[in-house]
Amino acid sequence: MGLRERSRDHRTSDAAAASFAAGEVPHGTTVVAVTIQDGVILAGDRRATAGNLISHRTMRKVFPGDRWSGVAIAGAAGPAIEMVKLFQLQLEHYEKVEGKALSLEGKANQLSIMVRGNLGAAMQGMAVVPLFCGYDRGRAVGRLFEYDVTGGRYEESHYAASGSGSLHAGTVIKLGFKTDMTREEGIDLCISALFQAADQDSATGGPDLVRGIYPIIASITSDGYTEVEESEIAERFGAMVDDLQTATAAPQGGRA
Amino acid sequence: MSQQFYVAPEQVMKDRADYARKGIARGKALVGLIAKDGVVLVAENPSATLRKVSEIYDRIAFGGVGKYNEFDQLRIAGVRHADLKGYNYSREDVDARSLANQYAQMLGQIFTHEMKPMEVELLVAEVGGEATHDTLFHILYDGTVMDEERFSVLGGDAEAIKERMENLFSPDLDTAAAVKAAVGALAGPDRELEASDIEAAMLDRDSSHRRTFRRFEDDEVAELLS
Repeated sequence: MGLRERSRDHRTSDAAAASFAAGEVPHGTTVVAVTIQDGVILAGDRRATAGNLISHRTMRKVFPGDRWSGVAIAGAAGPAIEMVKLFQLQLEHYEKVEGKALSLEGKANQLSIMVRGNLGAAMQGMAVVPLFCGYDRGRAVGRLFEYDVTGGRYEESHYAASGSGSLHAGTVIKLGFKTDMTREEGIDLCISALFQAADQDSATGGPDLVRGIYPIIASITSDGYTEVEESEIAERFGAMVDDLQTATAAPQGGRA
Repeated sequence: MSQQFYVAPEQVMKDRADYARKGIARGKALVGLIAKDGVVLVAENPSATLRKVSEIYDRIAFGGVGKYNEFDQLRIAGVRHADLKGYNYSREDVDARSLANQYAQMLGQIFTHEMKPMEVELLVAEVGGEATHDTLFHILYDGTVMDEERFSVLGGDAEAIKERMENLFSPDLDTAAAVKAAVGALAGPDRELEASDIEAAMLDRDSSHRRTFRRFEDDEVAELLS
């Protein structure tokens, strides 16, 4: 076997090993973001899956970037969490060295470079696709950005979703979206989107009432990044479930 | 070929120390003190943009006097040291003692091996859960480290300011009183310092944020002094 063939052989077997491994390593699933009156709501479910198994039930996919921004991740959990850790460090380091925080645009571009850096791994099944939201203090508005695996950065004016359940979650948000929603309306819409995604996508975790596990939801407004209390999320989930039950209990014409 | 004259090492060191001391004495002073609500740092600094006091890490602050470009270089090295350590290990592993030692090593190395010593004095402060766990490290141009118990004075006219501080200091000063005491000591009996001449910041013991460093803007300083 010639050297060239052998190296090609190595490459294919490496790729095969990597794509096999990609099915085995935990992957995070659905995250969503919507703009509201004074900022953005960012939410993510708690499930991580490895192939067809649930590997974690309480994974965190929503993180603060710094005081004025948040990042949510979907994709291979290990590299994704590492990327967030490094991103947070970059923002804080810049702020301390320069004595002034990066602009929101600057932060979004920094994350874009990091996603681009992960392209090699993404091609082997270890993609990381984040959502980035923040309060732009210069412009006094909330803004949100989505990415593709190549580091492409796309600003969205209303909403964004990423991960395996993003199709369903995105549709729910698309139908329920109004401009200038209040914080509460935004949270309810995200809760509903994650619930519907979990209903259709096996890799997305719904609310776990037995163990008391709920999505992590954060608001990023002129007050900065704040996570919504778990008790409030539980209460809002309860109200949504009650609404659904009344809807299904009502007579359904022609089906009964 | 020019002839190299013999100069005694004692003389070399003395000349360097004199040179550094002169440079530092020309600059304005800085006071760091351990107060009830945290560590308060106050500097006389008419510039609103070139800073003497800044954040290093969650519970650690930095103060520098002397030549601006030199202490700023050391500040950035400190931020890098702290951020890397926190990233590689854990945030709780970053402490002021290790940083002070790092600075002492750098300054000592430069003092003995380079032509020109650094014309700076540094303060590395850390806030603990209670006042007895606060630390103040005062580091000199030659790498000497001093662990101070109550307050620390750096820069020009330090001896006189220290004496005034002895009279004004008490461990249960609140933030406003601590800033007032420091400004009083910096100003002395013959002059008044305006809020715009003062740079003030603190490490807030009871901060709800992970990063406890808080800088006071000019209007806040004016309010604290009123």
